[in-house]
Order: sequence, then structure tokens, then C-alpha cells
Amino acid sequence: MSLSVAKEKTNFKMDTSVVRPTAMHENRKIVFDTKDLNLWYGSTHALKDINLSVYEKEVTAIIGPSGCGKSTYLKTLNRMVELVPSVHTSGIITYNGREILSKNFKVEELRTSVGMVFQKPNPFPKSIYDNIAYGPRIHGIRNKKILDEIVEKSLRGAFIWDEVKDRLKENAYGLSGGQQQRLCIARTLAIEPDVILMDEPTSALDPKSTHKIEDLIQELKQDYSIIIVTHNMQQAARISDRTAFFLNGEVVEYDKTDTIFTNPSDRRTEDYISGRFG
Amino acid sequence: MKYVDAEQVKKRMNGRIIKNTIFKSSFLIATLFGLVVLTILIYRVFADGISWINWDFISGKLSTDANRAGIMGAILGTFWVMAVVAPVTMIIGIGTAIYLELYAKKGRLQAFIQTNIANLAGVPSIVYGILGLTIFVRAMDFGNIVLAGGFTLSLLVLPIVIVAAQEAIRSVPSHLSEASYGMGATKWQTIKNIILPAALPGILTGAILALSRAIGETAPLTVIGIPALLIPFPGGIWDKFTALPMQIYYWTLDSSLVEEYANLAAATIVVLLLLLFLLNSAAIIIRNKFQHRF
Repeated sequence: MSLSVAKEKTNFKMDTSVVRPTAMHENRKIVFDTKDLNLWYGSTHALKDINLSVYEKEVTAIIGPSGCGKSTYLKTLNRMVELVPSVHTSGIITYNGREILSKNFKVEELRTSVGMVFQKPNPFPKSIYDNIAYGPRIHGIRNKKILDEIVEKSLRGAFIWDEVKDRLKENAYGLSGGQQQRLCIARTLAIEPDVILMDEPTSALDPKSTHKIEDLIQELKQDYSIIIVTHNMQQAARISDRTAFFLNGEVVEYDKTDTIFTNPSDRRTEDYISGRFG
Repeated sequence: MKYVDAEQVKKRMNGRIIKNTIFKSSFLIATLFGLVVLTILIYRVFADGISWINWDFISGKLSTDANRAGIMGAILGTFWVMAVVAPVTMIIGIGTAIYLELYAKKGRLQAFIQTNIANLAGVPSIVYGILGLTIFVRAMDFGNIVLAGGFTLSLLVLPIVIVAAQEAIRSVPSHLSEASYGMGATKWQTIKNIILPAALPGILTGAILALSRAIGETAPLTVIGIPALLIPFPGGIWDKFTALPMQIYYWTLDSSLVEEYANLAAATIVVLLLLLFLLNSAAIIIRNKFQHRF
């Protein structure tokens, strides 16, 4: 058993250190490159030797059972994980070639390029307009005209403009859960990021709203690189280009989604996907 | 065979219900005890004092003649002291709470400061009076003016404001601040735009309650040497002053000399109670009106 784990690890390292994309992805740029990432919460080893390359303008899904480290990994990519005081890491993550875990990379700068959508819709207790304008405003945009434009563009981008255009001044809490989540996606679009991290964005939503968000993710893929953590394997299969399977803090398998779901190379992946555990 | 036997349950039912009734009644008695005593107290104060309250009493100057005495000086004194206490406690209290909750690294030092703030909230108010006397009246040589009294009372209620503000800040859901951080906001931007607006009702409620505590405090003011008979009205924070509770204290003390002083004290208590009632209502209104449901 331990032997096979070691073998996979080496296999996996080869996969990322030598960029060896499949034919279809030959011209895809790597956005996030993770090398030998380890992460501890205090003394709990939460991520173990993670090696993973995320490609530009793709949807990368991260699946795995609860507590496998998938959300932790996602939050490491925009360093939100640092909000937990006892966290420390080793290894390298580069974002467009720049090392993000170093102190020189300002988190504020990183999070402006790498937006995040959370599990539970979390609009601010402000108007719809102010929710969207929040990001641009903190980055120094004061011009009302520009803000108006950003608000409209972002809301259109998240396919919610038609539903809210007549009530931009109303409190965002008056929206339904699905609308709130799309509002949060629009709010993320407003900072014009390159990457959008999504942490189980549909787990608190009904099937119809989930469907809308999934459609939206397909659209956003044209312009953004999306990394999505999901509990829902069908969702990963439906919307992602690549899928990483996490287990106990390790990446068991990372490949094109088709391959993972039809012909996984690791037994544990197959077991998880076929519902034998997790 | 069922473990929960219907017959057995029926047999025990009466006893259970009686027990419930007994406890309900004893809790009711406990509640009523406090209420009744308080009502009697308020009734007696009102009975003694209400007939003495008129515009001359409220707007008049202090006098040794009970029939001519007024409490405008004490009202103004209380007002000026609060004008010092409110901004001082708000600024220092909220600042401390923000630092402890949001900036300070969780560790031994933070835990040490936290414990001490909790302890300070329990220090008898007369000790703060001695502190105020030593620092503000003597060392800084203010004398017994409004500023010295205000600073002393600020120290006294500061722990209350800090703890209330900390609780208010802590109750802001973390998913709101995470959303802000996630967009690249700095800590200060997040505090200013998200956390403080959401915590403000709680902070204000705590501050007003602390203020009403400060208004009623007598002991620390006695210690810093607030005069018993002060005729001129205080016009600002640099003037000598007296305050409503001080007036009550001295009149009660001297009621053995002049009988009517007891009525004056009662009338002043009524005024003070009304003031406190207004402040507490304000706190409740703020809490209800701005309460966020996240």
C-alpha cells in the first residue's frame, strides 16, 4: 500500500514539474503551479506534498470526502487560509510565475487577481449596488460613472442584471439564496480577477439555482480560470475540464475530468466516484 | 414488551406535573420579590419627592434654603461630565476592542490583557476615585474640575465599554469579513466598511449602558473632592462642578439637620431616574432598530 502511494506521488510530480499537457491542452498556460505544498493547522498535517497545475481558462474541479483538505487547498491559493492563526506551510505555489506564499507578495494584491466565491452566499448587509461596488471602491475607484458601469457589467456577467436592475438600491438580503450567490459571483467579477475560486458554491442552493450557477460557470470559463471545490461528483463531471481527487490531505489523482470519471488510474478514485465511500 | 409503559407513565404523571408547578411558582416568587421591592422603593421616592419637582427646582441655583434650592448646577455638572466620559470611553474603548479582537495575536499577552480588563470591571468604584484623585486631581493638578471627574468616571466604565464592544465585534459573522478580505481589502478597510457598521448597534448599546452607570456613580466623585455646596453653574470642562448623585448624597447626609433636604434628595432621585430611563430607552431603541439579521 505504502509503496503504491509513493509510486503515485512520483508519477504525479512528473505530471507537473515537466509540463506535459495532453494534446487538447497544449497551448494552455499554467495559472497556478503548486510544488510540494505541505500545510499544517497547528500540529495537524492537513495538506501533504501537493503537486498540481491549474490551467488557464479551464474549470478545475477538486473533489474528495469531507476533511480531505480540498477547501484548505483552495483557500491556500488566495491565502485566505492565513486567517487561521496556527497555519504554517512549506513548498511553493506560483501564480503566473510569481511565488505567492512569500511575504513579498501582498495578499491584497493576490486577492485582487484571485477572487473567491464562498460556500454560503455572503452578501454584505448593503444595497445590491453597494455590494458590487465594494471591491472597486476599496481599490480606489470613486468615479460614479465608472462604478455604474462596473456594477452593470458585473451583474450582466453573472446573469442577474435583468432580475435586479430595477432594485439596485434595495438591500441584497431581499434576494433569494440563488440570486444572492450570483450576486456574490458578480461582486467577485467586479474586481476583474483572472482566477475565481469557488468553495462549494452550490451546496446551500436548490437544484434550479444550482443549475443556473453551473451554466454561469460554463460562461465564465471563456474569460476566467475557475477552480471549484465540490461535494457533488456529478457537478464536477458536468462542468469541469480537469478534476483532482483529494484524500486525507493528498492528491490521489489529477487528470482530465473524462479520464477521472471513465477510466481512473487509482483504485481509491474509482471507489470514491462509484460511491463506495465518501 | 414496551419499555415506556403507559400505565407507569400515567401513574407518575401527577407527581411530575406538581413538581413543574412548584418550580414555576418559586421562580415567579423570585421574580416578584425583586420587582416588589423596587416598586416600593420607587413609590416612596416619588411620594417624597414628586411634589417638590417644579420648574424652579429644576432650573434653580443651589441654596441652603430648602424652599429655594434648585438642581440646575448638578444637572449641568452631570451633563458636562458625560460630555467628557462619552467621547473618551467611546474612542479608547472601541479602539481597545478593535485591537484586542482584530489585530492582537491570540496568545499569552492578549489573554493577560483580557483577564485584566475583566477584573477591572469588578474593581469597586471607590478605588477608581482614589486613582482619579492621585492622577488627575493631584499629579496632573487639574483640581476637582469636570475634566478630572470625567476622566475618573471614564476609567471606571471603560472596561464595560471594551467588553461590550468586543462582544459586538465578535458577533459580526466571519463570512462577511471573509468576503471583504477575499476581494483584496486590507484589514482596516474591512473593519471600517464591514465590521464596524455591523457591530455599531451593539457598541452603542454598551456605551449608553456604561454612560448610565457613570451618571449614577457617587463614590469616586466623593473621593476626588466634589464640594457639597456649589452655587455657580459649571460652564465647561475646566470648571468646578457637582453632579446629581453628589447632590442626592449630600442632601441625604444633611437631612438630619434640615428635614426638607430628604424631600429634595427624593426629588433629585426622581430626576436622575428619569434621565437614566431615557438613556436606557435610547439603548433599547438603538438595539432594536439597527439590529442586523445575518
